[in-house]
Amino acid sequence: MSAAVMHATPAAPEGGAAATHEQRALGFWLYLMGDAVIFALLFATYVIMVDNTAGGPGGKALFNLRNAGLETLLLLVSSTTFGFASLTARTGNRTAVLFWLLVTFVLGAGFVFLELREFAGMIGAGAGPDRSGFLSAFFTLVGTHGLHVSVGLAWILIMSGQVMMKGLSVPVTSRLFRLGLFWHFLDIAWVGIFSIVYLPGLL
Amino acid sequence: MENPNNDHGLRSYLTGFVLAVVLTAIPFYVVVTHALSPRRALLVIGVAAVLQILVHLRYFLHLNFTSTPKENLLAIVFTAVLIFIMVGGSFWIMFDLHTRMAV
Repeated sequence: MSAAVMHATPAAPEGGAAATHEQRALGFWLYLMGDAVIFALLFATYVIMVDNTAGGPGGKALFNLRNAGLETLLLLVSSTTFGFASLTARTGNRTAVLFWLLVTFVLGAGFVFLELREFAGMIGAGAGPDRSGFLSAFFTLVGTHGLHVSVGLAWILIMSGQVMMKGLSVPVTSRLFRLGLFWHFLDIAWVGIFSIVYLPGLL
Repeated sequence: MENPNNDHGLRSYLTGFVLAVVLTAIPFYVVVTHALSPRRALLVIGVAAVLQILVHLRYFLHLNFTSTPKENLLAIVFTAVLIFIMVGGSFWIMFDLHTRMAV
């Protein structure tokens, strides 16, 4: 068995294919690390600005623990169901992949809905991003995360279309793998948000 | 599919999910009940967050020291250093400024 033969074998099944995807994802991984730097700096800005309420409402008056808890749960379950989509993609079961992508999409859309409702409520109560430095930092940080989740939702729809039309070919599963990295990464960013923004704000 | 050494499997996601739920429930419980002083509560929230991020990296993103490509680990360490310098530096400058302005 020569090295040339090994190379000619198109994407070995089981762990082999997953390992290939992982090795091919370095560029996307670097993008995620860049995104991590952006979020870290938005977190730093928020922590610096948190007391600059300019006489306006602070976190204690604005945040709703139940809403934040529900958002946390939706995103965590969606991260897990995306894991199920990745697992079923490896068995080649197209319907199952589409089912789990749909479940992930619904959970993610529920998250975005709760967030937009919270934003609308705050802006309606006169606590929009223009009210104080604290609120500018809050909307920038949480809004950037929400924007990422919305892009992730669009990406889930696109990948569902590709799974339907192209099947689970090697390029499609490779893209699904990177979408998974993106989606799990967003859940990590959310752990930072509820631990730095919502919970300390309600202490 | 049934590979006992396969840590990308179903068990990985379920373990990650259960650990993440526990590590979310603890800080939320602390905040709901006001069981601890604010200082201690912040400590609990911080420790639970760090642990939960490690859980996500390990069980959802499948980061480990054997199968993850070395370049990816290098990138994450480099990013951690960058974040430490930039976030730490921002805090240092801004809080120092805050104290000086207050005097």
